[in-house]
Amino acid sequence: MNTALVAALLLLLLGFAYQAGWSRSRSLATTGGRLHSRPVYHGSLAAIWALVPALLVLALWTLFGTTATRAYIIAQLPAEIASQTGAALEGAIARIRQIESGFGVVGETAPYENAAAQALREFRLLTFAVVLASAAGTGAIGLWLARRRITTALRARNEVEKAVRIVLIACSVVAILTTVGIVASLLSEAIRFFTFVSPADFFFGTVWNPRFSTTGSGPSGEYGLLPLLWGTLMVAGIAIAVALPIGLMTAIYLSQYARPRVRSTIKPIVEVLAGIPTIVYGFFALVTVGPFLATLGQSLGLQIRATSALTAGVVMGIMIIPFISSLSDDVIRQVPRAMRDGSLGLGATKSETIKRVILPAALPGIVGAFLLAVSRAIGETMIVVLAAGNSPYLRLNPGEPVSTVTVTIVNQLTGDTDFASPQSLVAFALGLTLFAMTLVLNVAALYIVRRYREQYE
Amino acid sequence: MHMPSEKIVPSSDLYAISSSTVRTPDESPRPVRVTARDVSVFYGAKQALFDVSIDIPEKAVTAFIGPSGCGKSTFLRCLNRMNDTIEDCRVNGRIELDGQNIYDAALDVVELRARVGMVFQKPNPFPKSIYENVAYGPRIHGLAKNKAELDAIVEASLHKASLWSEVKDRLNEPGTGLSGGQQQRLCIARAIAVSPEVILMDEPCSALDPIATAKIEELIDELKQNFTIVIVTHSMQQAARVSQRTAFFHLGNLVEEGPTDMIFTSPGEKRTQDYITGRFG
Repeated sequence: MNTALVAALLLLLLGFAYQAGWSRSRSLATTGGRLHSRPVYHGSLAAIWALVPALLVLALWTLFGTTATRAYIIAQLPAEIASQTGAALEGAIARIRQIESGFGVVGETAPYENAAAQALREFRLLTFAVVLASAAGTGAIGLWLARRRITTALRARNEVEKAVRIVLIACSVVAILTTVGIVASLLSEAIRFFTFVSPADFFFGTVWNPRFSTTGSGPSGEYGLLPLLWGTLMVAGIAIAVALPIGLMTAIYLSQYARPRVRSTIKPIVEVLAGIPTIVYGFFALVTVGPFLATLGQSLGLQIRATSALTAGVVMGIMIIPFISSLSDDVIRQVPRAMRDGSLGLGATKSETIKRVILPAALPGIVGAFLLAVSRAIGETMIVVLAAGNSPYLRLNPGEPVSTVTVTIVNQLTGDTDFASPQSLVAFALGLTLFAMTLVLNVAALYIVRRYREQYE
Repeated sequence: MHMPSEKIVPSSDLYAISSSTVRTPDESPRPVRVTARDVSVFYGAKQALFDVSIDIPEKAVTAFIGPSGCGKSTFLRCLNRMNDTIEDCRVNGRIELDGQNIYDAALDVVELRARVGMVFQKPNPFPKSIYENVAYGPRIHGLAKNKAELDAIVEASLHKASLWSEVKDRLNEPGTGLSGGQQQRLCIARAIAVSPEVILMDEPCSALDPIATAKIEELIDELKQNFTIVIVTHSMQQAARVSQRTAFFHLGNLVEEGPTDMIFTSPGEKRTQDYITGRFG
């Protein structure tokens, strides 16, 4: 369907309906007394009445149009082809569509195919015209009804407000539905994975060795989650250990000690760290930090590999500093000045005031910033791909290479993948695990914040 | 009303006074606790206070009155150097507490604020329990050796702030859960807990209803037996009710100051007369 044309017609309808409602209410106002709502609202209401039915018709066609077209194509095919099932029928239908659109046609076309394609072309044109006409028709009816309703007493303003509310609710529902959809798709694929591998082997297995994707034949390998989970937690833990103290102290300096000019210079510079692409951090880890840590380890008598949990964790920590510092700075500055003055007025020093009054009052926000940083660290992929060494074994030493959940998802889904094999399906189970982890973190944080916050008005 | 025996002196003449006592209406002259000479305050390039000189007597209530923006709060905040926390704020002149210059580099501002406590315009209890609010000051200054001593300080401070009977059964509930008047008395208890010599009050009743205000005023009257109190107020009735000496500020100048009864019955300056009779402000 020609989207631009439809959009233009809808805009036209909108403008016309608005104008109709506006001018009708204006003329009523001059003859019939005072309007309850201003003409703007009458115009908007008329536009809503005209647009909503038209959009409904278009939406119905979008929902059922493909099914209808498919049924029509099948009806055009000779009986012996139409009675086929599965791939053969799908192939035939796809071929008719290709011939009709003129793209991707392979080989000679049979006469019945040409006939069907021609019919399809006409069908499309016809349905397009019909749908458009009925959309315009329902829109016009809606407009006519809306215009008839306009009186001086009509509470157009209240009705428009109601419509605005519905639009806002719909928008927030989109976010919720997306989450539900993501979980559902992860869940269904993960369940398919668990038909190959038992959940106990997955969640409590200590060996990760999925072998190669050889569909259906041979042993399918071992899918123990624990080495990956341990790697993820270790890298994220190191990152937080680096970022939390540095970020929090930066925030305290920026909000309590720095002069306004210093603050307005430093804060954007720190925030630049968040804008650096993670792949660049990966280079940095690989080329600079890894070798540096290895040499440092040598001089201390420690065995640290250039690509290790430590390298990835430290660089990731640097990356999430601005999340913690910038957000904490904002929440610390929101603590009322009266709290600070009250403490200083009692003879507390600046650092006592910060430690005993300001930080406790800002704690909920700081925990929020911390959690955002943790989620970033757990979900971060590129730095770990390059710098953690991709070695999925259970090792306690952070100086050794590790692998994480995210890196493994990348490994399992790149290259030739067959979405029926456990080798690729495991990625969804891993994804679900990640999602569950961040969810638990968030819920726990919400609980902690509610339980322990020190509330100032 | 008896005729004042003392002549009202314009504040600029205070320099000439060599004696270190000041008369208050209730009784004989009292020793001076805080002395200010030629105090000027600048916010950036803007001058907010012009050469203020005043003597504040011990164990009495001194009220600063004047229309909004007259500099009375600014001057009050000089007395415990709270203006230090404001960017671009500069204080000139000399303020002495018991003869010691509080703007002297050798003086520790933390120690000063422990000796000169402050109660703010809006009640600002910390978002902690009632007990922790009062214990805050003693804790940071290490005034109690053990829990029992700290408990005693908290109880005594709440008693002095006439709050003990109302909160003794809920010391562990948040201070922010109290009513506005109770919150303000909690803030007073918090200030008392560090045993200051001087308590500064910056319009302590402006956010309170009349009943809570009456309680605070009653409390101030009791507290003056042990503390030197300086109160900023926009209510002339309040100044007349609670204070022994009153200073009238206008446009950053200390117009005149003296015993409260004299300021309200026979002020020496026309501007004071106009203000207390409601001509402006």
